[in-house]
Amino acid sequence: MELDFGPAVRDFRDELRDWLAEHLVGEFAEHKGVGGPTDGAAWEVRLAWDRELSAGNWLGVGWPKEYGGRGLGLVEEIVFEYEYARANAPYRATCGALDLLGPMLLAMGSEEQKKRFLPPILAVEELWGQGFSEPGAGSDLASVRTRAELDGEEWVIDGQKVWMSFGDHADWLYVLARTDPDSQRHKGLTMLLVPTDQPGVDIRPIRNLAGQDEFAEVFLSGARTSADLVVGEVGGGWRTAMTTLGIERGTTLLPLQLGYEREADALIELARERGALDDPMLRRRILDAWISVRIMRTTNMRTVAELIAGRTPGAQATTAKLYASTRHQQLGHLAMELAGPAGQIVGEDYGLDTRQRSFLLSLAETIYGGSSEIQRNIIGEQVLGLPKDPRP
Amino acid sequence: MDLTFSEEQDELRKVVRAFLARHSDEAAVRRLAADPHGLDTVVWRRMATELGLQGLAIPEEYGGSGFGYVDLGIVFEEAGRALLCAPYFATVALAAEALLRCDDERARADLLPGITSGATVATLALTEENGRWDETGIGLTAGDDNRLTGVKTYVPDGHLADLFLVAARTASGISLFAVEADAPGLTRTLLPTLDQTRKQARVEFRDTPARLLGTEGTAWPALRRTLATASVLLAAEQVGGAAAALDTAVSYARIRVQYGRPIGSFQGVKHKCADMLTEIESARSAAYGGLWALDAGDETQTAIAAALAQAFCSEAFTKVAGDSIQVHGGIGFTWEHPAHLYLKRAKSSEVLLGTPAYHRELLAARLGI
Repeated sequence: MELDFGPAVRDFRDELRDWLAEHLVGEFAEHKGVGGPTDGAAWEVRLAWDRELSAGNWLGVGWPKEYGGRGLGLVEEIVFEYEYARANAPYRATCGALDLLGPMLLAMGSEEQKKRFLPPILAVEELWGQGFSEPGAGSDLASVRTRAELDGEEWVIDGQKVWMSFGDHADWLYVLARTDPDSQRHKGLTMLLVPTDQPGVDIRPIRNLAGQDEFAEVFLSGARTSADLVVGEVGGGWRTAMTTLGIERGTTLLPLQLGYEREADALIELARERGALDDPMLRRRILDAWISVRIMRTTNMRTVAELIAGRTPGAQATTAKLYASTRHQQLGHLAMELAGPAGQIVGEDYGLDTRQRSFLLSLAETIYGGSSEIQRNIIGEQVLGLPKDPRP
Repeated sequence: MDLTFSEEQDELRKVVRAFLARHSDEAAVRRLAADPHGLDTVVWRRMATELGLQGLAIPEEYGGSGFGYVDLGIVFEEAGRALLCAPYFATVALAAEALLRCDDERARADLLPGITSGATVATLALTEENGRWDETGIGLTAGDDNRLTGVKTYVPDGHLADLFLVAARTASGISLFAVEADAPGLTRTLLPTLDQTRKQARVEFRDTPARLLGTEGTAWPALRRTLATASVLLAAEQVGGAAAALDTAVSYARIRVQYGRPIGSFQGVKHKCADMLTEIESARSAAYGGLWALDAGDETQTAIAAALAQAFCSEAFTKVAGDSIQVHGGIGFTWEHPAHLYLKRAKSSEVLLGTPAYHRELLAARLGI
């Protein structure tokens, strides 16, 4: 089953297919399918690939031309993601800026901010880290304790952020900080853009369970940024953050889930080699894994079709993440079981193969972007209209 | 291919839902479930004449409206939501489909207009005591003079069908026959069923004269396609049933107070409801994928999507219907509460066209696994 977008975008699709066929070669082709939101593997190659994409003007397909984008629409953006995933191109190293900060600035930034920050993102000249989470806060973003105070023409920021994906590469951070010291919860927060190249910013990598340094924690001690680098309103940072996360939950899962289909195919190949297809118990789990990835694809298509038709996506757009993350973990467990003892041996320096890396990193999928527990609360309260949890 | 519903399709859903809310409310479902006949013929006629539901996806040349399977799927989803007690699945998803797919233009011209007008209740008599849905399960035989001898059972709505489409074995293979209910040598017995909202019958043929449809011995491919189509439509029905079971659970969880709070504010209950919706939306994708494949007309993709839909939606409906009883607590376990009606419909539809395990194997065969 494929989406047919009609003749209007066929030229765009063909151009993209040709370009990918021509450029996804050599070192880049050796890193096909590498990466994900929590996967720092092959960073330098992936960054080089992002620059290759930038040179081909493929970053920011939907962003206005005046900021370096292609000025095309949602349909082309979706076609881009589909073709990109079909070609199994490496996960984009600059995804944080492309999928979160850029759309946030486009939606809520000032004209000066857009002109200053968007072109370097598309040129892969400046990398960004997301400063939302804090130690002890987890999914409870409204409990932000990082503070910022205006000192003349500058904000002075103190606090700590954590789980910043690819944060040790960041040139800039977007930081949610409490600017009204007497405020509670989601009131009195402000979204600030903060340069990392200053004494008040100390970034330390955190190794993840796969042994990679792709998270960072950031200590802000009197870090400074210009007074006008507020995205949205002073005190309106919650709305800015929610706009950003709404965008993240919408479209960024799509290429990942198309990647799961390749994992399911590999799982079936492995099972065939191991004779596991004749084992009724394993057979059932293998078929269920295949069914799961096919359902993820159809769910995506439903949402995409609704977006293109200008309709508000249905409940499936909200349940998709919970379903995909839990089912992908099951797929990973099954692949490791089928691999048997050989699958337990890693390379030098804890070097992991694709299967091992995907399995281990899948454990993050039910945590990042709102944990499964938070997802269930969102589904229960916002979609089904159940009463809220008692909150202090 | 358009993967979203049009405004006309939204309107169709609204109209069907409103009609069923009036004519297939809980009281009607309970009355018809308890009635051995189990059909309100006035409602059945109005479904055909006012809404055109029996002939919705039947081409106009046979008196139908010529709509697609996505449209028909909407009706099945709504019928499942309302637990409609009528031979709609038997007539539309099984019998009409078998006629549309068999190689016999004259039979289509003769028999389909009765179905679209609501005059004919029809069904497919395929399964026998072995309960199998594959070719090898068919043992009933037809002689040289097209007379049938043998027993079909678990025939959906066979107790009130006017027309039977019968799969039988002849010297040259599987053949399809049409038999009127009043044909000599045909006797039928209503089977007491766990799910009283969809009845089944045992049908015995003793040297019963029948009309051969198409070429003798070549019916199985058409029957296999019929079963794939019916699998998708049943999946849509199951999605509707599951959605209704969740709706009642959510309504109850909003108002039922325990320990001073509505139970829906407890995460143990709220998260169960969220999981139910996730299961339903996934089932919806499985069923809609099948409807799109049917409208696209690719037989291999349809077979894959149909097997997937039955394997997944069957289990999803049963799981959600069971969880709905759990959310309702003690009251959900009583005869007076409707929750068990959904559980029973779920459990019976789970095996109506073959078990989930059977459909997984159909899928595996198509995928070459």
